[in-house]
Amino acid sequence: MFTRKSDFFFLFIAVNLCALLLFFLHDVVVHGNVQTSLREKSEMVERLGLTDLCLFTDARYTRHPAMADLNTPFQDHPTALEHFPSGTLEGPPLHLRSK
Amino acid sequence: MRLLNRQRNIIDFTLSSLLRRKRKNTALVLVYTLVVFGLASVIFSTQALKHEACSILQKSPEVVIQRVVAGRQELIPASYIDKVKDIRGVQSAQGRFWGYYYDSTVGANYTLMVSNEPSGAEGSMVIGKGVARTLHAEKGDIVPFRAYDGSIVTLQVGYILSVQSELVSSDLVLLTENDFRQITGVPKGAFTDIAVMARNPKELTIIAEKIRRLFPDTRPIIKDDILRTYETIFDWRGGILLVILAGAMLAFVILAWDKASGLSSEERKEIGILKGIGWETSDVILMKFWEGVVISLSSFLLGCVFAYVHIFFASSALFEPVLKGWSVLYPQFRLKPYIDPLQIATLFSLTVIPYTVATIIPSWRAATMDPDSVMRL
Repeated sequence: MFTRKSDFFFLFIAVNLCALLLFFLHDVVVHGNVQTSLREKSEMVERLGLTDLCLFTDARYTRHPAMADLNTPFQDHPTALEHFPSGTLEGPPLHLRSK
Repeated sequence: MRLLNRQRNIIDFTLSSLLRRKRKNTALVLVYTLVVFGLASVIFSTQALKHEACSILQKSPEVVIQRVVAGRQELIPASYIDKVKDIRGVQSAQGRFWGYYYDSTVGANYTLMVSNEPSGAEGSMVIGKGVARTLHAEKGDIVPFRAYDGSIVTLQVGYILSVQSELVSSDLVLLTENDFRQITGVPKGAFTDIAVMARNPKELTIIAEKIRRLFPDTRPIIKDDILRTYETIFDWRGGILLVILAGAMLAFVILAWDKASGLSSEERKEIGILKGIGWETSDVILMKFWEGVVISLSSFLLGCVFAYVHIFFASSALFEPVLKGWSVLYPQFRLKPYIDPLQIATLFSLTVIPYTVATIIPSWRAATMDPDSVMRL
């Protein structure tokens, strides 16, 4: 069936495109489970009054960036450099950028 | 049909030509795939995180009032609550107790929080999955906490919060008000902050302004600020993401420059022979166009597929050491798959198009020259 090199190339592209398409559909397929999990998390946020995601637990301003002090970038001394690795992954919170 | 056949013939020839330089092209595809993989992984994870954060945190308190002393958050007096309740538009105001606890035995930070979770009895607590994993604790286990005055407070694990909620609850230790006060030393009549709910969410800014005027030592944080923080926190311009992006883009520029600045003598010779046996300049350009497409499109698709599997099926396993940082307690979560077609289109236009164009330009230069002189170069 596949005798030419171009056939294999098109097959390869088609397989990859199908994989990407399936990934788009994956969202729909797992929708039920995801919705349950999202609902559970949302309910917990409402019940406990949570304000932040638990992504980085090494510093308080990376654990709760939305609640971070306004002086966070210089919390140790006025010219302090960020020393927590997760601080380089997160950008500064919006309220610090706009000041 | 004839046009299609012509294209297929040229693709066949292009693939044979690429296979003649198998090692070089395989290495090129590998590096290219790796660059796309890195970029796509960053895009997928940041987009999914932003999307998830914005949908979960919709239920956050509408306004959180912090008291600020010397630039730091301080405990807020309970007397503020009644005055806040009197503000027109405020539906409820409730003091919250929460804080951090550093467990020196395992080197992990927990978030202590007072809650009326089901067990609710003094001496018992509810813990997040991350805390249970770090402490190897199970339901019914007794966990000692070192209180602010040096005494030991022991709490029994009532139950462990579900794995599904780990993204918001991994490091939580939920306990009663009395246990919280015993461990942290927070005096009676004081809270960590105040959570306010408004009758009309459109009035939040006005309520926040009124609170600021009434209590100049406070900082009201409205829900929109929280949501916007998460929208911008993993911004492409931020921290290491910028470094990854800049590095990858620089690598592309070098690659494109190398391609655009000239062809190898073997490639020139090939173009000369093709011209010599009667290929038109347009045929040569078409062949080089397909060469660019074969390499860049294959790498792009492979990179995207691997990135998706990496982020949504393997829980960003390769990023974990970077994401963990110095955290001893790190949540294990699976992100909800979310792909923004615009991001894919941007990645496509940043990777496939420049490479394909960069491949055509030098070929066009060589193809417009005399075949004899090209072969002699």
